[in-house]
Amino acid sequence: MLKSLKFVSYIIFLCSIYSISYSQTLGLGRAATNNEVSAWDIDIRPDGKGLPVGSGSVIIGEELYTDNCSSCHGDFGEGIDRWPELAGGFDTLDSEDPVKTVGSYWPYLSTVWDYVHRAMPFGNAQSLNNDEVYAITAYILYLNDLVDEDFELSHVNFEEINLPNEENFYLDNRENLENTTYNNRCMQNCKKVAMITKRAVVLDVTPEEDMTENNNLDKNDNIQIASFDPNLVKEGEKVFKKCKACHRIGLDAKNGTGPHLNNIFGRVAGELRDYKKYSKNIKKLGQEGLIWNNETLISFLANPKKYIKGTKMNFKGIKKSDELDALVEYLAASTKIN
Amino acid sequence: MFKYGNEMVKKLKTSRRKFVVGSLAAGSALISSTKSIASNIDDKAITEMQPWNSELGDGVDANPYGFPSEYEKHVIRRNVPWLTADPTSSVNFTPLHELDGTITPNGLCFERHHGGVAIIDPKKYRFMINGLVDQNTIFDLSDLARFPRVNKLYFLECAANSGMEWRGAQLNGCQFTHGMIHNVLYTGIPLKDILKEVGLKSSAKWILAEGADSSAMTRSIPIEKAMDDCIIAFKMNGESLRPEQGYPVRLVVPGWEGNMWVKWIRRIEVGDKPWHHREETSKYTDLFSNGKARRFTWEMDAKSVITNPSPQAPITHGRGQTVITGVAWSGRGKIQKVDVSIDGGVNWAEARLSGPADTKSMHRFYFEFNWDGKPLLLQSRAMDDTGYVQPTKDQLRSIRGENSIYHNNGIQTWAVDKDGIAENVEVS
Repeated sequence: MLKSLKFVSYIIFLCSIYSISYSQTLGLGRAATNNEVSAWDIDIRPDGKGLPVGSGSVIIGEELYTDNCSSCHGDFGEGIDRWPELAGGFDTLDSEDPVKTVGSYWPYLSTVWDYVHRAMPFGNAQSLNNDEVYAITAYILYLNDLVDEDFELSHVNFEEINLPNEENFYLDNRENLENTTYNNRCMQNCKKVAMITKRAVVLDVTPEEDMTENNNLDKNDNIQIASFDPNLVKEGEKVFKKCKACHRIGLDAKNGTGPHLNNIFGRVAGELRDYKKYSKNIKKLGQEGLIWNNETLISFLANPKKYIKGTKMNFKGIKKSDELDALVEYLAASTKIN
Repeated sequence: MFKYGNEMVKKLKTSRRKFVVGSLAAGSALISSTKSIASNIDDKAITEMQPWNSELGDGVDANPYGFPSEYEKHVIRRNVPWLTADPTSSVNFTPLHELDGTITPNGLCFERHHGGVAIIDPKKYRFMINGLVDQNTIFDLSDLARFPRVNKLYFLECAANSGMEWRGAQLNGCQFTHGMIHNVLYTGIPLKDILKEVGLKSSAKWILAEGADSSAMTRSIPIEKAMDDCIIAFKMNGESLRPEQGYPVRLVVPGWEGNMWVKWIRRIEVGDKPWHHREETSKYTDLFSNGKARRFTWEMDAKSVITNPSPQAPITHGRGQTVITGVAWSGRGKIQKVDVSIDGGVNWAEARLSGPADTKSMHRFYFEFNWDGKPLLLQSRAMDDTGYVQPTKDQLRSIRGENSIYHNNGIQTWAVDKDGIAENVEVS
């Protein structure tokens, strides 16, 4: 009796092994809710799949673009420094200096909507609502002379817009065109002679290698934070992420789209000589005695365009006063570079 | 004048002086099979006591997570500041000339970010699969840890590696010309197992991989590749992924351009058409001189480079026994042969492959020879197991023009002068 029981349980055991190793799924993970999927599934395809209901005009887009995009992409989409150009470049793709913009190169408008929505503005991604993305997309079309100034883009007319370069892409054809010809493993006398035709040294664009520098030096070492509230500084560092796309702080900080912020406390407004992009007004205010301190920085950062008319800093400002306090504490603590 | 070239010359002159003294004292040390004695000159490194011979060193926990010798501080990733507008959307380069073997150490794997390094709390990490599947599904890290996993060695090369060299020799150092590559042992789950777990619908033709970083990086990948060898990876070279390499989870797309290996991956959508997103239209498409562009150029062609000597790593020992080494790889399979030329590609000799290497991974090659001290034009040329032979840069340009940016796998030439200094050049 006992023996047969053992035998039965052995068979059951075998069956269970069998069913585990041959079951169709592992039973891992859980079902996603509809809200979870719609929170993350934001992608748009050229056929309009994924495009949300909404609309935005060139006129509204111009204002949004000026506030959110122009500090890097330029007022006319020409691109500042090495930031991408968005407009123009027509008839340059077959030249020595091709300019690849939305108008000249990008094949599909859906890519613009998707990318602006998912990744822009740089450093403040996914902060624009659907109508704002429609408006900015419409304005980028306008900058490329593809629509008139009274144009409004919406989910209804989206698919009617074709970008001019769509037909000029073709699929990878290396297999037929190249791979079949690159098969000659010549070993002896493969050519008559090899002469140097081009040299890197002539260009001299390689970064220098400083052999003596202590490269593992912690760059924050020399930044003094002793007399500041460390928690507030930490909070401020988080707020500073809003500024990072344009401003640098720290030992090797250089001017970027905006001036570097080392020693900003006590600095006369608009005085950095090697920064060339100040507005006229900020320089004038500096000459009239505007100096950056707790008070002036808080007023400026709360509403930059109101505090300094004509400032080139395209930033809406920080509304929450605790964020402002933290940011200014961080700037004070982090920007004192000896 | 080329600045760090100067510094190298200075260093070389000192070391060459030493060499001359040594060889005068030793006679013709190069050829003779028995070693001569440098009489009267005792080596103080031997005859004098060194501090480490008698003093105690650090105890076991001085560095709970260890790092390289303080004498190796120059072995770091470097960037080329003028290439990009801002370091948060930029690239740096693996110091290939300082490495050997086939594995790239985690801290030296080059970085390419489009919105800075995302710092993800693993407790809040979620991985979603949705779209043309039987069940939209969420996994957390503990779910992923319960799938059967695999270990695979693969190279990752940025499609723009060597992209600055299309119009001619530009950057002087293999770190800068070829350093957008690393070779890592990944631990992870075959993507096909995860897709089977959620159940693919028959209309499934493409996947979209999406990152959780502030660029929300996306790439379209055909379902055939997803069901072939892609991996959802969470370990690199045995330890958790580094933040800059996608911690806690990244996609591995063996043999295909690095941009597709979405870091910080948070979602895969299954669909029936490609998405044509920014990184597969405005970027990572190869513009030809006629103004038309290739798209979906995913595979990385067979390629190789000599890492030593090279402009950052000159020959400092003078004539005689010399080791040439470098790396080779192919996105289509294994490297079958690597050939080396010391005369700019007139004559070639087969190099020796050594070290663990597999399909779509980096291979290490060596070529040892007796250098007569005359100038060299060094080249290497890879052949993969499809029979594809790495082309010259002129061969590539004859088909693609000079505006391609991406997929430059042409043969690299280093000119080595009589002092052992190497320079990036092109030859006829």
